[in-house]
Amino acid sequence: MKIAITSQGKEQNSQPDMSFGRAKWFIIYDEDTGRLEAIENAQNVQTAHGAGINAAQTVADLGAGVVLTGNVGPNAFRTLQAAGIRIVLFDKNRKTVEDVLQGWKTGDFSEATKATVKGHRV
Amino acid sequence: MKIAIASGKGGTGKTTVAVNFAQVLAAAGQEVTLLDCDVEEPNVHLFLHPEFDSVSAVETTIPQVDEEKCTGCRVCAEVCEYHALAVLGKNVLVFPELCHACGACVRFCPEEAIVEIPREIGTIRKGRKGKIRLIEGRLNVGEVMSPAVIERVKKIGLDGKIGIIDAPPGTSCPVIAAVRDTDGVLLVTEPTPFGLYDLKLAVGMVRLLGIPCAVAINRSDLGEKEIWRYCADERIPIILEIPNDRRIAEAYSRGRTIIEELPEYREKFLQGWQALLESCSIA
Repeated sequence: MKIAITSQGKEQNSQPDMSFGRAKWFIIYDEDTGRLEAIENAQNVQTAHGAGINAAQTVADLGAGVVLTGNVGPNAFRTLQAAGIRIVLFDKNRKTVEDVLQGWKTGDFSEATKATVKGHRV
Repeated sequence: MKIAIASGKGGTGKTTVAVNFAQVLAAAGQEVTLLDCDVEEPNVHLFLHPEFDSVSAVETTIPQVDEEKCTGCRVCAEVCEYHALAVLGKNVLVFPELCHACGACVRFCPEEAIVEIPREIGTIRKGRKGKIRLIEGRLNVGEVMSPAVIERVKKIGLDGKIGIIDAPPGTSCPVIAAVRDTDGVLLVTEPTPFGLYDLKLAVGMVRLLGIPCAVAINRSDLGEKEIWRYCADERIPIILEIPNDRRIAEAYSRGRTIIEELPEYREKFLQGWQALLESCSIA
């Protein structure tokens, strides 16, 4: 299974991004091969509306089964659910993507059952 | 005749100025329509105290996808500028509050699987107080498509007689919708750095739209003189100055207007209206 982690940079030691829709990068970790791949989300960072939906579409297209992120808005939550992607939340004490992955592997995190933040309305 | 009362900064006195103008014109025997286009927080009624006689719904449209016909090709999501559609496998998700009802998804769907269905986003109330007719737009809570409600208010309320539009604050889409196609815009401001900063933005907006504008300065005896210098430099007429009079604030807090409580202001508003029409070359 593939796991998408929201990140502020494209490296394993980059700082995790607490936002989902406007995360700067998605780091895709493939459990089967152990490989990491960085996907830029820059076009979404600036968008006025629908960043969460678009980001959810992106991670769904990448074949992710789980998203590890800090927060998730209502539209992203609905889209990820429809795609059958689990949403697992880390907290801001995680300083690197590697740290987040370790937390996931040891089962430190809990799954989101609803949106954790309100939508950004302009 | 269509005049919009706008401002960059909120809370400068748009509604106060709009209602007082309507009242002095009505007292002079004119039929006036007040259009409350501040649809996220319409408040003209709090000062006009009209009798409302009708309420109607404002609808927009959203796409509805026929799952039998849909092949999951994603064209609809790709053409949607507002990310109001997402396609996951063969599952199409519609996000109604993001939809701007542009119809692109319907037009470009190669399977003709999308139709538009109506969705209520707000209401229009019609009321009257003496010679003043009020058309009030109200956006439903949680909705964002205020321009659609504003455009409906203008369609109903502008009938060739005097129409005074109480616009929302700011310079974004709802304000553009409120001031577009008017004969003149009165920008209400206050002599503070914030008031001046936002006035400059608002002047830039009306100039882009090619609409003549004038300025009213509220609480004019407070603060700095920068606004006067700016207006002189930019050749923008100042047609009304309202001092920081405690009695005005007291009247406001009781839902009363300036000219109702302080008749000495009547002449000031009448002259201001004339100056506004002249400065916008209407008359």
